[in-house]
Amino acid sequence: MRHNSNQTPPMLRMENVSKTFGGVAALSHVDLDVHEGEVLGIIGPNGSGKTTTVNAITGFIRPSGGRIYFKGKDITGKKPHKIADMGITRTFQIMRPYYSLPAFKNLVIPLFSPRARRTGGWRGGGNLGDRKTIAIDILEEIGFERDSYIPFKTTSTLPTGYLKRLELARCLALKPEILICDEIFSGLSMSEIASMVPLIERLQDDGITIVMIEHRLRELFQVANRVMVLNFGEKLVEGTPEEVMADDRVKEAYFGSEKIEEVMTYA
Amino acid sequence: MSKENRRKERIDRGIKVRSDGLYALLSWREMAYLIAPRFILIAGLLALPLLMPGLYWQRVISIVCIYAMVAISFDFLAHYVGLVCLGGAFFIGVGGYIAGIFNAYFGMPPLVTIPLAAIAGGGFCTLLLLPCLPLRGVYFAIVTLMYPLFMARIIEAFDLFGGTDGILGIDSFSSAFVEQYFVVGILLVFLFGLRRLVNTDMGLIFTAIMDNDQAVRASGINITHYKALAVFIASAMGCLAGACLTHIYMWSGISQFALDFSILPIAATVIGGAGTLAGPVIGCLILVPISELLRDFGTLRIVFYASILVAFILFRSDGIMAFAKRKYEQIERWTQV
Repeated sequence: MRHNSNQTPPMLRMENVSKTFGGVAALSHVDLDVHEGEVLGIIGPNGSGKTTTVNAITGFIRPSGGRIYFKGKDITGKKPHKIADMGITRTFQIMRPYYSLPAFKNLVIPLFSPRARRTGGWRGGGNLGDRKTIAIDILEEIGFERDSYIPFKTTSTLPTGYLKRLELARCLALKPEILICDEIFSGLSMSEIASMVPLIERLQDDGITIVMIEHRLRELFQVANRVMVLNFGEKLVEGTPEEVMADDRVKEAYFGSEKIEEVMTYA
Repeated sequence: MSKENRRKERIDRGIKVRSDGLYALLSWREMAYLIAPRFILIAGLLALPLLMPGLYWQRVISIVCIYAMVAISFDFLAHYVGLVCLGGAFFIGVGGYIAGIFNAYFGMPPLVTIPLAAIAGGGFCTLLLLPCLPLRGVYFAIVTLMYPLFMARIIEAFDLFGGTDGILGIDSFSSAFVEQYFVVGILLVFLFGLRRLVNTDMGLIFTAIMDNDQAVRASGINITHYKALAVFIASAMGCLAGACLTHIYMWSGISQFALDFSILPIAATVIGGAGTLAGPVIGCLILVPISELLRDFGTLRIVFYASILVAFILFRSDGIMAFAKRKYEQIERWTQV
């Protein structure tokens, strides 16, 4: 545990947030605090409201009730680009790269945003240099081999592993304060996941607060400081990975009757 | 060789490969290879008014340029920003009326009214289209198709600006020569200006919005702002074309909102090659004169016209530009399998 989460005021706070889609409650009365520097995992069965939570935080949907605060400021219902501009960035579960462009040009676009111009992009010190150079620097750091053709290939020809990294890179280009990863491990091979875990740890060391939505529990529990479990749009449990794993309600809701150790092995 | 055991192969011409990148600067031949297509287009457009027999065909060339401006603005919006706008007639009409009003009622000369119509008309069209910007694809297309009809009916119903008679007594250009070279010049500026624009970082944002607008929003960029900017650029071009048309015909009226101005540029884009910018110009150079030539056939010309379009869509669906580019850059030959 690298961070003691209870000392500082929360960086991101959700208060009593609900979202209904025509009578179906996707989220009901969820409270959540994200503290600076921690990795928070959100888990839950399919349809439990994980992605709805992300969409509500990042402004892609407007919550039906409740409020969301970022560093004490009310951001409920703000436009997605405003929220990204404040430093909350997200990846998409279904990857959304610009397929017709070369990989590095995918990053020139976030580097064109007001926030990147202000902050100088990832690793930037306030002054934005040449966008293409910065784009290739970010890609190298995220695992694209610099001297290969890969950063210059058309995005539609890249394999899933690179596309997932490209999603991350797009967020990093904005120099995020909070990074929300929506299932970045899904669809990856075991070796790709194994190389992704140290990357997440490195980003946390760099001071980025990370919210991870995952189905891959084994890897999530490696990196997460705290885990929240959602079920049918409601918060079931919140606590350290060990506490969550030990909780009977989680076993019941998420894992059915199976023993959690078995699930961890095959997950 | 029988047909089964041979196939066509396409190979890049040597000169195409040699003229890729900086090395082209070392040789005149390679430089010429790169410049030739642009040179032919520019020189051809500048020479056309001189080559035309008589005033009638010179006037046709001016009309070709007017249509071409609308066509490249359509091509830019549809294939570089992802907004398929069927409202070409809306731009033409608004620009035409603004130029007409300022010329006939306030006595401003054409060289003032045309830029004025471009800026003011661009602003007006962008403001009216602003509520439609969140729409995508076919929804945006249908809504924009309604705008010219809407404007025409309003002018007719409230009897505005001369009602169905339109605005009469508008100044023409000072001479036929000025008229032709003015529109040809503006067209070339638009064409090469847009090509520049789409290759800048801002052009990249436009392409990104077309590819994936949600990701652009998640990147902290206000997409409505950029879409509005793109619509302003395109509608200002359309309005300028409309203003030129008003001064050429010395009249502006409801028929400037006619569907022709929306449909023909799109047909020209299909024939010329979508997403090439130069393609729509070539498409207009073919379609508008054909439509003039077929005038003798009366209403039958619609049949000929439609057949040409269908034939193009069936046999050359990627457009003339893609075909010409392939011929220019590659050799084709039969090889034994």
